[in-house]
Amino acid sequence: MSKTLFDKVWDSHVVKHIENGPDVLFIDRHLVHEVTSPVAFLGLKNRGIKVLYPERTFATADHNTPTRNQHLPVKDPLSANQLRALEENANAHNIPYWGLGHKKNGIVHVIGPENGITVPGATIVCGDSHTSTHGAFGAIAFGIGTSEVEMVLSTQCIMQPKPKSLRINVNGELSEAVTPKDVALFIISKLSTSGATGYFAEYAGDVFKNMSMEGRMTVCNLSIEMGARGGMIAPDETTFEYIKGREYTPKGKDWDAAMEYWSTLYSDDDAEFDKEVTFDASEIEPMITFGTNPGMGIGISKDIPLAESIDGSPATYKKSLEYMDYNEGEAMVGKPIDFVFLGSCTNGRIEDFRAFASIIKGRKKADNVTAWLVPGSHKVEEAIKEEGILDILTEAGFELREPGCSACLAMNDDKIPAGKYAVSTSNRNFEGRQGPGARTLLASPLVAAAAAVTGKVTDPRELMQEEVLA
Amino acid sequence: MAYDKFNILTSSAVPLPIENVDTDQIIPARFLKATERKGFGDNLFRDWRYNSDDTPKEQFVLNNPIYSGKILVGGKNFGSGSSREHAAWAVYDYGFRCVVSSFFADIFRGNCLNIGVLPVQVSPEFLDKIFKAIEADPKTELEINLPEQKITILATGESESFDINDYKKGNMLNGFDDIDYLLNIQKDIEKYAENTPL
Repeated sequence: MSKTLFDKVWDSHVVKHIENGPDVLFIDRHLVHEVTSPVAFLGLKNRGIKVLYPERTFATADHNTPTRNQHLPVKDPLSANQLRALEENANAHNIPYWGLGHKKNGIVHVIGPENGITVPGATIVCGDSHTSTHGAFGAIAFGIGTSEVEMVLSTQCIMQPKPKSLRINVNGELSEAVTPKDVALFIISKLSTSGATGYFAEYAGDVFKNMSMEGRMTVCNLSIEMGARGGMIAPDETTFEYIKGREYTPKGKDWDAAMEYWSTLYSDDDAEFDKEVTFDASEIEPMITFGTNPGMGIGISKDIPLAESIDGSPATYKKSLEYMDYNEGEAMVGKPIDFVFLGSCTNGRIEDFRAFASIIKGRKKADNVTAWLVPGSHKVEEAIKEEGILDILTEAGFELREPGCSACLAMNDDKIPAGKYAVSTSNRNFEGRQGPGARTLLASPLVAAAAAVTGKVTDPRELMQEEVLA
Repeated sequence: MAYDKFNILTSSAVPLPIENVDTDQIIPARFLKATERKGFGDNLFRDWRYNSDDTPKEQFVLNNPIYSGKILVGGKNFGSGSSREHAAWAVYDYGFRCVVSSFFADIFRGNCLNIGVLPVQVSPEFLDKIFKAIEADPKTELEINLPEQKITILATGESESFDINDYKKGNMLNGFDDIDYLLNIQKDIEKYAENTPL
């Protein structure tokens, strides 16, 4: 019987199927961070059991960590306590722990791929919804709750009903200044934040075939924002080239054996999907959000839609615009902004910093803008320095911070103040997401850079045009 | 973690007729710093419920004494966003045992089922009837009958059936959790793992 990519990976990981119930799914690799794990470890302690396969488990500190002076003790006592708990739990269960200051430390979804923990055909979970990132490699990867973290720690399995399948095709060629982030925000704006709930997505078509691994990670990362548990892309030469030689990827004969398996990971020609949607790449322009969920995005040159033209409750829509202090029908271009945040598991990798630098090079940060540039990991930070990007940033009046989740969810001190507008390369523009009362405009690193140097929402194509003319 | 068994729940309900209620509203990230599962109910809907100086926002439904009960009724796409189980813990710890909506986000629904909060998905039309019944009488009671998979507005007798898979239903009725099940099949899991390279 013909199978989808998702079927192939899922079916081969089912330990047991329960009639009219979930599948018991074996998890190859489990990523753990400080926020969603302490109660799970406490559960193990109460049951008097140990982590079953510590060698399949990896721990890092990212959500709750400061992005300045990481060599000093963490000031916030609650954060410090949570970080200490993770370190103690990791040590007690022999789990590799890459805490603050460790050279492999960084955002969990950045360091997984960087170190070769993420491989095609694997099942990967983490107590974080953006675990979908790892689907870029042809893995089944999704976020889980703390009860499930406890299940995986204690039995290496979780119990999940098999989701339905959805294929998203984007064909043709992307226009200038349209990045993987824009592709994802475009898809979410079409499907809404619940359009893919109950589904696991596969991204297919020219656009994803031609996309870099980092771009694919950005797209898969945002799968959860349309409600999908995860999204995946069939592994190809781009994938294999990216992972080869990384610390935890198979070597020698093991690599050959793995390649044999990985080369079978694609949806069969006649595989059937429960749902399929297709978009034309030329329809997509640089995107920006104007409301309080990631589905409320538009092409940057467009006006904020009228309440009568949208699906869903007009009252909810108006409440959202009220929070943003925006009105229906207004243009987004030209709206003043206060903060720019470059970073997160969505856009905190080296290609994102290269894109940001390409716009700000030779320009200056606008005086009215506070910018927080936060690399996704120490490895990204190193690359920023090695490639001379740090010099470009410094020259333009920007400061580089230390790695972590930072202002994406504002658990640390990086909080956007109430009422202020932040153009942010992260993944959620929910009310208060970046700090109580903060207003978030989600966008690509190029749009963020254009805002950072002009102090307002600006179409990056205009600045790129200026460069060509110059 | 074990939780109380769920059988038939009869209670008044708290209405929240807003769509896309996300997990950052249910519990903002800055309240996720605990290392134990305690006190999350105090911060349920924190920023909708309290001003920045911690005084209650009177117009928010949880601060309105005419509404109470063990059932929370929310708009479409309830619980979207993050995987934080803290959102479900906050709902439970506040005193809700059931959330009714016309559509739930996936991870939130799973988290609820894992900790003993029953997510009941009804049609948009029935959801509307519930909101109207509560509007007419804030003390109106709903009956959630898990064995029969049926929700009833007691004042009008209108009812609708809801879905839940047999396995999860059994767990809710008996207060079992998945780890009990998984630990019982550990031999099967270990056998599977032996044949699965890292």
